[in-house]
Amino acid sequence: MQVNEYKPLIVAFCCNWCSYAGADLAGNNRLNYPAEVKIIRVPCSCRVNPMFILRAFQRGADGVILCGCHPGDCHYTSGNYFTRRRMALLFSMLDFLGIERERTRVEWVSAAEGAKFAATMNDFVEKVVALGENKRLEDLRCKK
Amino acid sequence: MLNKTERQKEQILRMSGVNPLKCMRCGKCSGTCPSYDEMEYHPHQFVYMVETGDIEALRNSDSIYKCLSCFACVDRCPRGVEPAKLVEALRLSVIREKDANHLTANQIPALIDDEIPQQALMSAMRKYSK
Amino acid sequence: MQRIGVFVCHCGTNIAGTIDVKAVAEALKNEPGVVFSTDYQYMCSQAGQDIIKDAIAEHKLTGIVVCSCSPRMHEATFRKTAAAAGLNSYMVEIANIREQCSWVHKEIPIGTEKAIILGKAAVAKVNLNTPLTPGESPVTKRALVIGGGIAGIQTALDIADAGFPVDIVETKPTIGGKMAQLDKTFPTLDCAACILTPKMVEVAQHENIRIFSYSEVSEIKGFVGNFDVTIKRRARYVKEDICTGCGACTEKCPQKKVPNEFNLGMDTRRAIYIPFAQAVPKVATIDADYCTMLKTGKCGVCSKVCTAGAIDYQAKDEFIEEKYGAIVAATGFNPISMDKFDEFAYSQSKDVITSLEFERLTNAAGPTAGKLLRPSDGEHPHTIVFVQCVGSRCDACAEKGKEYCSKICCMYTAKHAMLTRDKYPDTDVYVFYIDVRTPGKNFDEFYRRAVEEYGVHYIKGMVGKVSPEGNKLKVQASDLIAGKQLHIDADLVVLAAAIEPDKSARPLATMLTASMDTNDFFTEAHPKLRPVESPTAGVFLSGTCQGPKDIPETVSQAGAAASKVIGLLAKDKLTGNPCVAHSDENMCNGCSTCEKVCPYGAITYQDKEFRMPDRTTKIRRIAVVNEAVCQGCGCCTVACMSGAMDLKGFMNKQIMAEVDAICK
Repeated sequence: MQVNEYKPLIVAFCCNWCSYAGADLAGNNRLNYPAEVKIIRVPCSCRVNPMFILRAFQRGADGVILCGCHPGDCHYTSGNYFTRRRMALLFSMLDFLGIERERTRVEWVSAAEGAKFAATMNDFVEKVVALGENKRLEDLRCKK
Repeated sequence: MLNKTERQKEQILRMSGVNPLKCMRCGKCSGTCPSYDEMEYHPHQFVYMVETGDIEALRNSDSIYKCLSCFACVDRCPRGVEPAKLVEALRLSVIREKDANHLTANQIPALIDDEIPQQALMSAMRKYSK
Repeated sequence: MQRIGVFVCHCGTNIAGTIDVKAVAEALKNEPGVVFSTDYQYMCSQAGQDIIKDAIAEHKLTGIVVCSCSPRMHEATFRKTAAAAGLNSYMVEIANIREQCSWVHKEIPIGTEKAIILGKAAVAKVNLNTPLTPGESPVTKRALVIGGGIAGIQTALDIADAGFPVDIVETKPTIGGKMAQLDKTFPTLDCAACILTPKMVEVAQHENIRIFSYSEVSEIKGFVGNFDVTIKRRARYVKEDICTGCGACTEKCPQKKVPNEFNLGMDTRRAIYIPFAQAVPKVATIDADYCTMLKTGKCGVCSKVCTAGAIDYQAKDEFIEEKYGAIVAATGFNPISMDKFDEFAYSQSKDVITSLEFERLTNAAGPTAGKLLRPSDGEHPHTIVFVQCVGSRCDACAEKGKEYCSKICCMYTAKHAMLTRDKYPDTDVYVFYIDVRTPGKNFDEFYRRAVEEYGVHYIKGMVGKVSPEGNKLKVQASDLIAGKQLHIDADLVVLAAAIEPDKSARPLATMLTASMDTNDFFTEAHPKLRPVESPTAGVFLSGTCQGPKDIPETVSQAGAAASKVIGLLAKDKLTGNPCVAHSDENMCNGCSTCEKVCPYGAITYQDKEFRMPDRTTKIRRIAVVNEAVCQGCGCCTVACMSGAMDLKGFMNKQIMAEVDAICK
């Protein structure tokens, strides 16, 4: 496999109220970002169980990004505060496991920030591409 | 392959870091320019002419030396276009190609006005030397 | 096993332009559970919906996946379609292959590949969907309008006329807002007070409207149909129900040197005051920051002159709790501060004023009784320069002003220029403009009249610098069409300052959990199709809190917001969101973790008797979700340590299935 052909697999969790709308806005404004980013809609960033992120890595994802409303602007008042704490814990565990810090990210994107969404995805994919494939957490039994 | 005009424009944009497309043509730069009446082309024209690729006319004009480099237009531009940086880039591109200072030593008057502000001297240094 | 139908939309060329829709439909045919797959030009059209309905009947589908635009756009449409065909509407999933695929990727193979994966994820999710039935909640038939300007007034009147009680909360001592400060209104030159004050009186006398002036909203809880709001009534030290508004106190108060905010500080008022003659409610207010009695305990003049005995120095802030079914934000705007525009010498000269100050200078009830006089020396100005776009249309990086066009400045400047020339024909009026923007009924005609009939000098160019010299203002500006730099000795310079949302809007949005854009304007649920609703259910937007607007637009938006509120309050029950949390009582260990993270207090605990395997019974404490209160954020599902809590519609296994499908 040639390095320049490497296409990472990126899972993005987006909260319905801010970030998913921000991603829609990026689409409305035709702001390009890599097709490797696949978005899963969740009601709130606090719906994202750390298990989902581990599952994604286990199944071969190379990077997972979680987007929610800006702190203080959560549609559900306080959900993103929980997200922030939970992800801090999860990321320190991933650190301990030796997963590069750049493979995971939490980003606050509001419904008005289509440009930020696209820029964030471009930057994230670039960082993940630089790291290459995720081998450490991938469960080879999942590969057929 | 870029033609000459395009190459010149590309060079000026790269040297100045200015994006002339941000200009909304309000003319505040020219409204604010203290050197307006001395100049053949005025700050807003610099932005427009660089955008349209009319670089040669600007290079041949005395206006690039008449700009005081006071940066009032940079400070006051509502769109953050920074016309003075374009003027500076044009000036530098001319001086560098000539590979000589704009003024030779014996063209500088022996006595410079005592009242001249330090800042004006410094900007003159920057303007006239390569 | 589900029987799933897949419907791929072309959306004209919006999707089909970058995605091979036939290949997507073909690829998804082989996914588990899929028994039918097709594509069509416009799935959301009647014909497209009929395809879906026919397929549901013909293939006995139990779930459908629509690969189309964002679910924020047409999820509701397709759910209705499914329901019309007898399928539970929550058996519908949307794969967003327009906003998040065809519009952001350019190459057909890449777009097609991603669309197939998104489709597979949706299919994987639908495979695990279960039919859901929404619960119902009652509606409190009372509306709250926050802000008492023309937007709030119009919204409140329209709702009240429909027979629903409305409360207006206004921070100032009177309703009326910015419109009460204006002199004339464009393009008809009606006197603002003449058309506004009858409406204010109508509000005061309306049996369905209560006004909480000098008050603010301090807490909002609850959800659509059932908001619990705490309103802080700031102490005005005057009993509202006793004060007759005679104004005797405002004439006798010895503290005369309070800047009058109604006239933007251009004159002074007393420490006890009524903002203007037509104030509603017409009740005096003591300004605690300046009142000698409240500060030192010595004075009491106002209580001596008050024959009604309305003065109460012991008054305290009061808190009122009230229930509402709907909330309308009408918080309005303010002109931006001119601090960062020192080139116009606003802080250096009293004769450089903003347009709102000019408005007060020409108002008969203003500091000069309607005579246009220079604030510095009271002389009549002979040369007036108007500067447009001060702080509007700025670059985001310049950090000086606002990126947007403030929309109203071109028109009010034309109005000011015209009125000045009309009243004082000996005055030279210059207007420096970048563009004259007059999109509105009779707007351009109005601007042309200013030029052609009134002889206002419109100059394309911008003022670069204003420097006060003696009693003149030296204005240096460019005339782009003549290619000249102009130097004008002006007597008065008027800055058309950009407008920005009121500062109270941001904390209010946080309380309402309503979203805002980067400029602190409230975001609408859909920029074109739902312009007066916030994405947060039960919250509506009226006036300039949503974006810059002139008065006719504000009034029409206020009416639109009112009709949406009436539509909501007319319902007896609301169908809720069935995607709520649900606890598996067999797995719950009653640890109370979920209760602590729930922002709505939707989780309670109860003791329940369980039959144990050994045929004994045991009482265990378990969590129970109140489905009417739960909003479905899912925070509890992650907090639950025993894995008992799950979110309907976004179940753990559903999201896992999506992850798996994407990572395959």
